[in-house]
Formats: sequence, C-alpha cells, structure tokens
Amino acid sequence: MTNESYLLSVVTFLPLLGSLGLLALRGDDHVWIRRLALATAVANFVLSLLMLRGFRTDAPGYQLEEFRRWISSPGINYHMGVDGLSLWLVILTTLLTPIAMLCSWESIQKRVKEFFLMLLVLETGMIGVFLALDLILFFVFWEVMLVPMYFLIGIWGHERRVYAAIKFVLYTMAGSVLMLVAILWLYGLSAASVPGGTFDLPTIQILLQTSQLRLAHTTELLLFGAFFLAFAIKVPLFPLHTWLPDAHVEAPTAGSVILAGVLLKMGTYGLLRFCLPLFPAASRELAPWVAGLAIIGIVYGALVSMVQPDLKKLIAYSSVSHLGFVVLGIFSFHPIAIQGAIYQMLNHGISTGALFLIAGMLYDRRHTHMIKEFGGLATPMPVLSAFFLFVCLSSLGLPMLNGFVGEFLILLGTYQVNKLWATFGALGVILAAVYLLWAYQRVAFGDVTHEKNRALPDCSPRERLILWPLCVLILWMGIGSPLFLSRTEKASTQVIEQMKRPQMPELASGEMQINSGAACCAPTSGRPTKTTQKGLDTK
Amino acid sequence: MFVLDHLWIIPALPLLGAALNGLLGRRWPKRAIDAVAIGATGLSFLAALQVIREFASLPSQDIPWVKSYFPWILAGNFRADFALQVDQLTVVMLLVVTGVGWLIHIYSTGYMAKEGGYYRFFSYLNLFMFFMLILVMAANYALLFVGWEGVGLCSYLLIGFSFLRKSAADAGKKAFIVNRIGDFGFMLGMFLIFQTFHSLNFNEVFAAAANMRFEPMGAAGVLTAVALLLFVGATGKSAQLPLYVWLPDAMEGPTPVSALIHAATMVTAGVYVVARSSVIFAHAELAMTVVAVIGCATALFAATIGLAQNDIKRVLAYSTVSQLGYMMLACGVGAFAAGIFHLFTHAFFKALLFLAAGSVIHAMGGEQDLRKMGGLRKKIPWTFWTMFMATLAIAGAPGFSGFFSKDAILWKTASSAFGTPANNKILWAVALATAVLTAVYMFRLLFLTFFGTARYDEEHVHVHEAPKSMLVPLVVLAALSVIGGWVGIPESLGGSDRIEHFLSPAFAGAELASLEAVEHAAKYSHQLEMLLTGFAIFGAAVGVLIAWRRFLVGRPGFLEGTALQKNVQKLLANKYYVDEIYDALVVRPIHWVSNIVFWQAVDARGIDGSVNGLAHAARAVGERVRQAQSGNTRSYATWVVLGAVAVTSLLVWLVK
Repeated sequence: MTNESYLLSVVTFLPLLGSLGLLALRGDDHVWIRRLALATAVANFVLSLLMLRGFRTDAPGYQLEEFRRWISSPGINYHMGVDGLSLWLVILTTLLTPIAMLCSWESIQKRVKEFFLMLLVLETGMIGVFLALDLILFFVFWEVMLVPMYFLIGIWGHERRVYAAIKFVLYTMAGSVLMLVAILWLYGLSAASVPGGTFDLPTIQILLQTSQLRLAHTTELLLFGAFFLAFAIKVPLFPLHTWLPDAHVEAPTAGSVILAGVLLKMGTYGLLRFCLPLFPAASRELAPWVAGLAIIGIVYGALVSMVQPDLKKLIAYSSVSHLGFVVLGIFSFHPIAIQGAIYQMLNHGISTGALFLIAGMLYDRRHTHMIKEFGGLATPMPVLSAFFLFVCLSSLGLPMLNGFVGEFLILLGTYQVNKLWATFGALGVILAAVYLLWAYQRVAFGDVTHEKNRALPDCSPRERLILWPLCVLILWMGIGSPLFLSRTEKASTQVIEQMKRPQMPELASGEMQINSGAACCAPTSGRPTKTTQKGLDTK
Repeated sequence: MFVLDHLWIIPALPLLGAALNGLLGRRWPKRAIDAVAIGATGLSFLAALQVIREFASLPSQDIPWVKSYFPWILAGNFRADFALQVDQLTVVMLLVVTGVGWLIHIYSTGYMAKEGGYYRFFSYLNLFMFFMLILVMAANYALLFVGWEGVGLCSYLLIGFSFLRKSAADAGKKAFIVNRIGDFGFMLGMFLIFQTFHSLNFNEVFAAAANMRFEPMGAAGVLTAVALLLFVGATGKSAQLPLYVWLPDAMEGPTPVSALIHAATMVTAGVYVVARSSVIFAHAELAMTVVAVIGCATALFAATIGLAQNDIKRVLAYSTVSQLGYMMLACGVGAFAAGIFHLFTHAFFKALLFLAAGSVIHAMGGEQDLRKMGGLRKKIPWTFWTMFMATLAIAGAPGFSGFFSKDAILWKTASSAFGTPANNKILWAVALATAVLTAVYMFRLLFLTFFGTARYDEEHVHVHEAPKSMLVPLVVLAALSVIGGWVGIPESLGGSDRIEHFLSPAFAGAELASLEAVEHAAKYSHQLEMLLTGFAIFGAAVGVLIAWRRFLVGRPGFLEGTALQKNVQKLLANKYYVDEIYDALVVRPIHWVSNIVFWQAVDARGIDGSVNGLAHAARAVGERVRQAQSGNTRSYATWVVLGAVAVTSLLVWLVK
C-alpha cells in the first residue's frame, strides 16, 4: 500500500493508552479518573469518525490496511483493515463506550479507577476484534475482551454477579477453544499452498476462492462447526442463549450496554466474516438448520420476553429475538437480507443499548428492575417516559425509525429466498409490539402504585446528554438510511462473491469432495497465483 | 402549479405543528397551542384546496403526478423513495383528511379545554395528520406503510391519552397489537409484490399488473395472493371481521379522536389501500369475493351488535365497523368509486355523529349511558338538530348524503360483474337488511338521547349547550352531511354521478380486468336501478318505524319478553362474546405456554438445567479424581505400578 495509514492502530490502542494514563492517577481521585477516561473515549470516537473520511464507498475489500511482521515462525502478522462490515461496528463501539462511562458517572462508587480501566481495555479488545485480519490476532483480541467483561460483571454486578460472570466466561470459552482448534487446523491446511502456512485471513480467503486450497467436505463441516459454535454462543442463538439473561441482569448498566450493544454483534460479525466466506458449502448445507434455530429464537425469545417480571431480563430476551432476525438474514445469503442484517446489528446496538440505559436510570432511582415495582412513572417523570417510549418504538420496528429499516430488509431479502422463513420471522414483528408496549404500559402508564415512585426525579442533564444523541441517531438512521447503507453495500455483496467457488472441471457435481477420505488438506497447484502481496508470508 | 411542485408542504405543515407543540408547548399558553395546531392543519387544508385547483388543469398524461424527494432505503435492487403523488383518489382523500381534520381540530380546542396535557394532545393530533397525509399521498407501498404504521402509533397514543385509566391504556395497546397482526399480512404482501414486480412503486406495479392474466376463482395465482395479503392488513386497519375487536375499545380515547381517527380517516385506510390496489384486486376473482363477503358480513354483524349497546359512543363505534363493511363490500364487487364515495360521505356524517355525541357527553357532565339520558332535545337544540341531520344521512333518508352513497353500493352489488348473479343477490339482500338495522339502531340512539323524559338527576346534572368552537364544526359538518352526496346523484335519478366519473381514471386499470363488466352493466336498466332504490328507501323507513314504535312509543317489540328474545338480547349486548373467545383461545394459551412451558420448563429447567448439570457433573468428577491426590506416598507408588503395567500391556497388545 502506498500511503500507509496508522489510523486503525490509533483507534484500537488509544483506549489502552488511556488506561495506562489512569494507572498514573491516584485511586481516590475519582473526578480526574472519570474525566481522563471520558476524554480518551470521546477522543477515540472522534478519531474513529476519521475512518469515514478515508473510506471509499465504491471500493470492495479492506481499506486503511496496516501490515507488520509480528512473529515470523509461525507466520503471525499484525494485519488490520476495515471494510463496510466492520466500519460502522467500530464507530458503534467508540460511541457506546463514552456513553457507558457517562451512565456510570454516579452509580459506580467503588473501585472507580479499576472500573474505567476495564472499560478502556475492553474497548481496545472490541475494536481489535472488528479490525484484525490475522486469525491469531483476531483470537487474541477475542480473548482479551473477555477478561474486562468478566470483571465488570463479577465485581460491579448485582447479587448473583459471580455466578453470572463465570457462566458468561465458561460459555464463551467453550466456543472459543473450538475456534482456536479450527484456526490452527486451517493454518495447517494452508501450509500445503503457502510455504510455512498462514494465519492471514485475506490470503486464506483467496486460496479458498481460487481453489488453491480445497477443503474436503467433512473438513469443511467440522471447521464451520467450530467457528459457528463460538459465534452462535456469542450471538446468542437458541438454545445457547441462557448465559445472556443472567449476564445482563447481574451486570452493571455499563456492562449491559456494552454487552448488548457490541459484544453480541461479534457473533454475527464472525458469521459474516468467517463462516460464510471461508466455508460456503457447509454454510449452505446447514443453512436450513441455522435459519430454523434463528426463527425459533425470534419467536421463542419474544414470547419468553413477554412474560418476564424483570425489566432487564425482558430486554435481554428481546435481544435473543432481535439477533435471531440478524442470523436469519445472514443465512438467507441474499444481498438485501445481508444489508439488512448489518444494519440491524447497528440498530440493535443503539436501541437495546438505550433500553438498558433507561433500565439503569430506573435502577439508580429505585434499586430494582422488577416491573411491578414501577407503574405510572409517566406522571413523576414525563421526559424519561417519553424517551423510553421512543426507544421502545424504535425497537419494535416503527417505520421512520431505525429498527424498521433493518427488519424490513432482512425479511424482504429472506422472502425472496424462502417464503416460509420470512413468514415465520415476521411473526416476531407482531410479538415485539406485544412485549414492548405491555412492558411500557406497566412501567409508565396508570396511577402511581408505589408511594416511593411519586417523588422520583425526572431526567438529569447528564441523563439527557446520554439519551438525546441516541434518539437523534435512531431517527436519523430511520430516515437517512442510504448514508449508512451505501457504505455497507460493497461488503454485503462481497460476502456473496466470496462464497462462490470455481466449478471443478474434473468433478461432475462441482462438489468439493476430493480427498474425502483423509481429513488433511488437498495438495493442489503449488503456490497461489493471485494474493495480496503482503498477505503472503514468504519468509 | 406552486403546491403541485411542492407537495411536501401538505404533510410538512402538521409535522411542524406537532414538533412545535410537542417540544415547546408545555410552557406555552393555551392560545398559542391552538394557533399552532389549528394554523398548521388549516394551512394544510388550504394547500389541499389549491392542489385541487391546480390538479384540474393538469393534462391527463401527467396523472398520477409524482414528486420524488430523497431515497429512503436503498439496498441491492431494492429502492424506496420518499415520493408523493396526486391522482383523483388522492384528491378525494386529501379533501376528507385535511377538511374534516381541520374542523375536528377546531372542535377539540373547545372540547379539550379543561383537560390536562393539552399541548400533548394537539401534538399527537397534528402528528396523526402528518402520517395520514403520508398514507394517502405516498407513491409507493413502503412509504404508504410509513403512514399506515404512523397513524397506528398516533391512535395508540391518543386512545391511551388519559393513560391514568387502565382501560384506556389497555385499549390503546390492544389497538396497536391487533393492527400489527394485520400489518403482518401487509408486509408479506409487500414482499410478494417486490418479488413479482421488482418494485414497490405504484406506477410500475400497477402498470405491470394491468397486463397480467385475470385469475378466475379456480386458478388463483400470485395476484390473488398479493391481494389477499394486503386485505389482511386492511381488515386490521379498517376493523373488519375478524380483526375488528380493537375499534369499539378504542372509544376509550377522547371523543374528537374517535371522530377523526376512528370514524373519518384512519379506519378508512384499509378501504383506501384496497381501492388504491384496485388493479391487483380486480385481477383476482377469489380475492374480490373474499373482500365482498367479509365486508358484507362485517356490515351485518356489527349492525346487530349496535342494536344492543347502551354506551352512546359504542353504538357509533359498531356503526362505523358496519359502514366500513359497506365500503369493503363495494370494493369487493368492483365498485371502487362507490366505496370511496361512501368513504367521503361517511367521513362527514360519522364525524358529525361523534362530535355531536361528544357535545351530549359534554353537556351531561361525562355521562355516556343512553339509559341515563332522554329529553335533551330542548336543552341542547343545536346539538340535537345537527345530530338529527347526521342520523338521517346515515339511515339513508332520500336526498341526504348517505342515501346516494349507500344506494350506489347497493345497486352496484346487485348488478356486479364479479361473482355469480345468485351470490350478488344474497349480498344485496344482506346489505339491504343492514340498511334497515342501521336505521333502527341510529334512531334508537336519537330517541333515547333527545326524546322522552329525562332519566338523569336533573338537580345535579346541569345540561348546557357547547361553546361556539364546538358548535361551528357541528353546523358545517351538518351542512356537508346533507349536501355532501350531491356530487354523486346517479343518472337514474336525473343526476350525472360526477364523483364516479371523476374517480374513474384512478380505477381504469381495474375496469380493464374484465371487459365484460361494461357490457354486463348495460344489461341492467335505469328502471331496475330505480326499483332497487325504492327498496332501499322503504327499508330505511321500516327501520325508523321499528325504532319509533319500540323506543319512542314504548310498545313491546317482536317476541318481547320471550326467552329467545332475552337470550338474543344478552348475546348482542355481550358482543357475541368474541373478546372472551379470543381471550380464551389466543391470549391465555400463548401467555401460558410462554410462561410455564418456554420460560420455566424449557429455559430454566431444560437448557439451563442441563448446562448446570454439566457443571455439577464436572465438579463431581473433579471431586472423585481429587481423592487420588491424597498426598500419601504409598498410594502414589501403587498408582505408578498400576500405570506401568497398563502402559506395558497396551504396548504389547498394539505391537502384536
């Protein structure tokens, strides 16, 4: 690349730098700890917006790439890059991090320094996951991110925080161990085409796409399964979702916001970045099953959400339903649906993030999440109730707000592929109205049923500062979607492109079943013909 | 051509009003809020009038007149623009929405004067106007859906306006959710349209559909599917069987809201969509039959319930459901223009009925029970006379607006080219019977409210006439209820049926669907038409007589006092127990399954139970294995020996 850019590294590691700065501060200097952390996060948000300036809408592939040798043997490189798939997710992360800090401004009073430190380290981990283009680098970020999240839940959470934190880690680890095995296996396979093997994602992609690296059917299924399981747990896909309600209920507000806003997206991001492009045959073969689970998740998540007595749990289960839409869109392999899925990832981050923020604001006042403890809040807190309603409407997919665009595109695209999937999926649209409006009614409408609620203060300026930007964004993304969609367009068509494999002339069926006996790789035409220069570790 | 070139002004004005009142109105005096709300809708009305003037001078090839503003959603080959259009159908709808809407805004300044949240009310009401205008002006299905869901939202907000009352909040929620069930169908319809035509723009879809094959009853195809899916949406919004249940409950909202949203405008959106998609429907015989039968059945069904209700607004609500059934029936027999004509006249007289009912409720200090009224004629004469005009209109008194539009529907049903003549005769007979019932329940309402003796405590209730801001809209609407139908006097009665001719270009595509229709209509003479009109007048008169004899004179009715009569009365008063049936068959089972089966059994015990079980098992294994780590040297030595033996034997066995 001619003009080397360091922007991605800066955006990734600035939070880490900020956390080092925090270490230099005295532990009881809460004011400056908060200020420094927030300043870092806000600066990082502004920097991440610079990515938009350098980003070319019409170009497919990775942009603003950075490439450095890291370990020569085995060939692990520091390879970062951004494309339409990760662009907005990174910005979503840099947006939600300062918001998560603001919402913890007063509610976190113990171990303040550690808390903000964890948030900053977490931010580096999350951004790294979205930008890493080397499998090992990706895996490192993936694991790094787990640690601060574990502590956020485990230290600053509610009553059953330790149980929830361990459950969260064990679930995630179970998946990521398998993913590591798959990464190593893939590396071994690549050694047949590239001397010494490679962990470089774009290189592996090209090897697979040009059939210089062919995967036997069983191999592909196993590799797909390992990656898929790790991501499906993260999404979470039914029936792997039970860590989510516990983690959400026990996490502090900031933890829930980040968890719902960003961490869940890593699952769907992974599906789009790894599962579909690397293992298209397996993806296609298993698509009906995955779509089935996604649809069950949509309906089941919504129904279980409906009967929750705990507001945070209700929102958590609604995530299962909403992310089901995303997975359904991804596994319909239709460009419109994939566009919708990417958009819905962003929408869910904003809307559900805002719902958790509001639940947190109610918790700050009443120290409970139980819906029956509220009721009639529209009387003492009209402003917060208005925000709440607006966010609910966004989440249930009202046209002109963001959620509709995502859901509509997903269902529209899916319908073109499979009418039945879309029909069952659309049931979730009805149910979203049921659980959200019912919850809203029980919280905000009617008489004030508890004396304690009568004198609750309405939104503070800090809380307005948190909610206004999100609400503006909700409206903006609902009306001006082309601004966002035009930047993801190439990425979604590229996923479909990457899933194509050349027809094998020697195989009548075109199925990739060579070497079906041996689990090992297919030794084919020596060196790759067309790869990115630096993508190859040629020693 | 100023307004036609800047169509966006019409919806933008109420949106601006909603934003101003919603964000700033809390601190404003009442007068400023009034000025913004009435000003915004009034200007919008003026703009709509100007559109009609400019529209008249448009050459016919420029119709529909489409203005595209900015792309709303772009993805792959899908494109939905923020695009508005004007054609004959839109013109009629624009007049109804902005005109009636404006009058109801004025009325509301009097009616809501003493309510809390005044600014909020007008903000919602203006927002409603915005979405309703988007709905009728949209140039593609996606934008139409924006208006469609948006009016549903405003309906939710306005029904639940007095959110302190649980019944009001419940009703708002019910309305939104039942409508969402309809929207489910509407969305699937849009998906299928896009798959078939690769576009959601009206121009392209209708042009392509017009060239498609007619799908007779036995050979239903894609157009039939599209039409039926859209109709599912229409049954939700226009309160048809089986999704009508939300509309009567919606009466929990303030009365001006019932008049505007739940009588004159929003609930007609379903009829509008069917009429808008007339090309698609007219190509699908099965869909037409379904529309006609559902419409006709709803008309009769709701009218029977209306006979036995005692809440003045609920009688009117069931009456609305019934009249919407008439409009659907008209669409189903291919008489789209007649359906829209009835929509037009109904907007006047039904809005008036609600506003007058509001004036009665206002005068009675909030009482809505017909059994506790009576003899109000002299005390609130303006209200009485205006309501009397509206009652005559809806009952179909000759010369009044409802007479012409209902007569058009009855005649078109009898002479329809769609469906078999035998079926059309049945539909006509049911529609005629409904007309009789309409006269009965409306005059029952009128007699119980305004005639007879006072059945309320005259010492405590000080009946008083409404303020001018409420009376002026009543008088204007009364005038329109009388003369509004004169735009559609049929040729058989010496008129020229101007509205049908005006609308016909908008439904031209539908008429092409079956060319026989034109020849078919020629077979029916003006003499027959006049004969059927005579039947309709006679039916209405019978209805009035029945109501007069039973509720004014007080003679016992047919079968009065028998067990059969009592059971029927009970069945009707309880609205055929449909709410109870839905509750038992749908609401409760879903709730039970979600709570007991899904959450508590599958989630907590099934999935989490096995995960936790796995954890416990791992722990148990760990406990066992731990015992080997005893720290006892001799036991370690034993394990070493055993291990050595095991490995050696394994090797020996493998080498062999």
